[in-house]
Amino acid sequence: MPLDANTPDLRTEFKSVGTRPNRPDGVDKVTGRARFGADFALPGQLTGLILRSPHAHAKIKSIDTSAAEALPGVKAVITYKDIPEQEGCDKDVLVNIMARGTALYDGHAVAAVAAVDASVARKALKLIKVDYKVLKHVTDVDEAMKPDAPVLHPGRFEPVDFSTLENAAHVSGKEERKTATRAHSNIAGRYVFGHGDPDKGFKQADIIVEHEFKTEATHQGYIEPHACTASVSSDGMAELWVCTQGPFMVRDVCASLLGMDVSRLRVTPSEIGGGFGGKTTVFIEPVALALSRKAGKPVKVVMSRSEVFRATGPTSSASMWVKIGAKKDGTFVAADAVLKYQGGAFPGSPVEMGAMCAFACYDLKNVRIVGYDVVTNRPKQAAYRAPGAPMSAFAVEGVIGEIADKLGIDAIDIRLKNAAKEGTVSSYGPTFGPVGLVETLEAAKAHKNYKVKLGKNQGRGVASGFWFNFAGNTCVSINLNVDGTLALALGTVDIGGSRASMCLMAAEELGISYEDVRAIIADTSSLGYNDISEGSRVTFSSGLATIKAVRDLKVKMCGRAAKIWGIPEDAVKWENGAAHPAGSNAGNFPPLSIKEIAAQASATGGPLAGHYEINAEGAGPSFATHVCDVEVDPDTGAMKVLRYLVVQDAGKAIHPSYVEGQFQGGAVQGIGWVLNEEYFYGKDGTLQNAGFLDYRIPVCSDVPMIDTVIVEVPNPGHPYGVRGVGETSIVPPLACVANAVSDAIGVRARTLPMSPPKVLAALEGVAASKA
Amino acid sequence: MSAVHVSTNINGDDVEFVCRPDESLLDVLRDRLGMTGSKEGCGTGDCGACSVELDGRLVCSCLVMGAEVGGHKIETIEGMAQGDKLHPLQQKFLEHAALQCGICTPGFLVAARNLLERNNDPTETEVRYWLAGNLCRCTGYDKIVRAVLDTAKDMRKAAAKSSAKKASAKKPAAKKKAAPKKTAKKGARHAA
Repeated sequence: MPLDANTPDLRTEFKSVGTRPNRPDGVDKVTGRARFGADFALPGQLTGLILRSPHAHAKIKSIDTSAAEALPGVKAVITYKDIPEQEGCDKDVLVNIMARGTALYDGHAVAAVAAVDASVARKALKLIKVDYKVLKHVTDVDEAMKPDAPVLHPGRFEPVDFSTLENAAHVSGKEERKTATRAHSNIAGRYVFGHGDPDKGFKQADIIVEHEFKTEATHQGYIEPHACTASVSSDGMAELWVCTQGPFMVRDVCASLLGMDVSRLRVTPSEIGGGFGGKTTVFIEPVALALSRKAGKPVKVVMSRSEVFRATGPTSSASMWVKIGAKKDGTFVAADAVLKYQGGAFPGSPVEMGAMCAFACYDLKNVRIVGYDVVTNRPKQAAYRAPGAPMSAFAVEGVIGEIADKLGIDAIDIRLKNAAKEGTVSSYGPTFGPVGLVETLEAAKAHKNYKVKLGKNQGRGVASGFWFNFAGNTCVSINLNVDGTLALALGTVDIGGSRASMCLMAAEELGISYEDVRAIIADTSSLGYNDISEGSRVTFSSGLATIKAVRDLKVKMCGRAAKIWGIPEDAVKWENGAAHPAGSNAGNFPPLSIKEIAAQASATGGPLAGHYEINAEGAGPSFATHVCDVEVDPDTGAMKVLRYLVVQDAGKAIHPSYVEGQFQGGAVQGIGWVLNEEYFYGKDGTLQNAGFLDYRIPVCSDVPMIDTVIVEVPNPGHPYGVRGVGETSIVPPLACVANAVSDAIGVRARTLPMSPPKVLAALEGVAASKA
Repeated sequence: MSAVHVSTNINGDDVEFVCRPDESLLDVLRDRLGMTGSKEGCGTGDCGACSVELDGRLVCSCLVMGAEVGGHKIETIEGMAQGDKLHPLQQKFLEHAALQCGICTPGFLVAARNLLERNNDPTETEVRYWLAGNLCRCTGYDKIVRAVLDTAKDMRKAAAKSSAKKASAKKPAAKKKAAPKKTAKKGARHAA
């Protein structure tokens, strides 16, 4: 096939890719015209509201909805009884969207109403009488693992006998270790990774550093609350407009929970106001559908900010122990870790991924990581940008920082000495292909920020990070319009400018202008199944599928040119936006441009379109190194981030501005995690800070400019070398800032967030120990 | 709870609506008038996604009651572009890739315009503190601040050009480049 001649396996010369055009959805977004989840409305729609448990853990003895149903203007009231369990549905998701007998966390949905307006719906919620019997609760991961902890799911998880397991001392206190007497447990899973013999390895060490660390749960903090509008007809056909990262997931899960054929539910994704992993599951969507089904009218449900905090999916809080041994020259000889992540009221905390990522940056001969997935009376966690990795990196990179300090080795040099590279057997199993950690470390070392002289109470921190990146099921169509422009239909929701990247790749592959390609996000009935926009997979997977769909179209367009010229199809090649005879033997014809081929499509065989479907693999991992300078006020404990540098491997940056944007956004979310953000639970197990005033994400005046360097070590798994970039950027900041604080004032932070009172207390502790 | 009849002015147009006394200006804009460009991120005045101008003053429309805007002038994101001509801030936000998901963008644009109408030569710190009431979770603020500073620079250039033009009209020998003014001219719309 002559196409191969100008479409090599790995392209390195580009015309469109790597430029920075305005995004195709840009004007709509700066004029307020773009339609997000809550911006959609249907004629005659009702307002849906959800009643939520005020208790962290309670038996629901009865629910009386009669008064609410009698209120004029109320069209439907539902409880779990209106969503009967379907065979084969995900029971945990079913229970999470509406409590069935037991409220498992503060904010757990208990009932819902649909009424003519919000005012009536609010009144109706107050009229629903729920008789609760409050049960003992547990929200802390270490507490939840104790033998006397309240059990969330009696009969579900077997007790764990720690005495037979590795590193039992770091799982629980001595007394708990011995007892495996109780009937049930909150430990939902245990994961072990590693290779070699850490116990032997530590014997070769000149220095061993080990510590315990704790991080608090944080929320993705997307500015757009969850919103959807559901319309179910009396014949069982349904439509749903929703802000989600995964419209196909929403369709399949809702159909399964509600006992519908998938074909009867069409889901149209709106523009999405941030997700970061938090919109990769369902919360209000099946409830809205169930309300609409009962009321016989469209129902719109929009969460309040308080509901977002209490009842969506923040990430895990974590309790960790990390031990690393090194030679005097900085070579790591052994590493060991125990990670305990609580994932809320259901199994599935990201501890497995946290364990896989913990030591992934380093070439270790002897390494072991044990991870525990623990349930507590908190909302079921959802993915949050590189789920599980920032916490374990906080602990590991903190220990590495301390080893470097104690050995008097530069923070970047010690990482360069141990860095994973091509051929390294990773701590979680696979052997790395071409990866760019060394390149990020070298670029960080060469950057001007690393040479700035620091003043009093100022310090510098370094940390590296890793994320796998995912690929997965992807389906793309590209349609040639009559005038030679193109409509590109994608099934992966655009969270941060991906339509621009897809148009760039399509234009590159066709040899035409970026402006001639228009990308849309299709609904679930218009395109084959696509996995969720998650795992930094979109630019990789949909990009790959876009390129292959364009190649499919090019073959077809070459075929039409062959027909027009009366020569064999394989005597035509595609170059610079036109079909050309492949060589002098093919004949002497002037090129046929894409516009000319489009104009003759009807006469030469009908419409022209390219398609590609794949369960993609080969998403190359992305490594990063961050450097941060902070200044700490010794009188208040407050700190200011002075400089921040992100160096990350993008493989190939398709639209560099949006690559930088991912680096900067992830870094600032990480800065929030280390400085301010935390889920704060009261003694009664209720969330105390369910709003942006008390759950303080970084504001504009909290941070400096975020400097970026894009490293490009091409990923052989993608035709243009692309690696996902969305998630790695949140992995290093926790440790990076903590290491900088340690450099500034000699206080090593091992619990997050490092709020001013904590820093001040630590400073006073240092002063007292010196006195 | 009986509805309230309100006469007001939005983006230069006289507008009448009825609303319940418990509805915020944001509720009215979005649900009664179909102006969904202003967003609700929190409903408690903490995120700034619903920013509008009320008689030239930057406010969170979720904290203003719909019933109290009678006789006032409201400016929303929908009034920022003039016909098909984007406001310079809108153009710069596109060029600088100062938006990712875009949900906070209308609020940032309204807030930034309010700043530049007061001060067309803000420092980076001034921009950061002025915009501290607007939350963005995607960008880390870097490209937003750059877009605002770059717009201010262009506005100063344009102001210098027009004042040089005026000066040269009076006195042909005037310098080509006038020094940029430190204080911005107040926008005509908010002169009252």
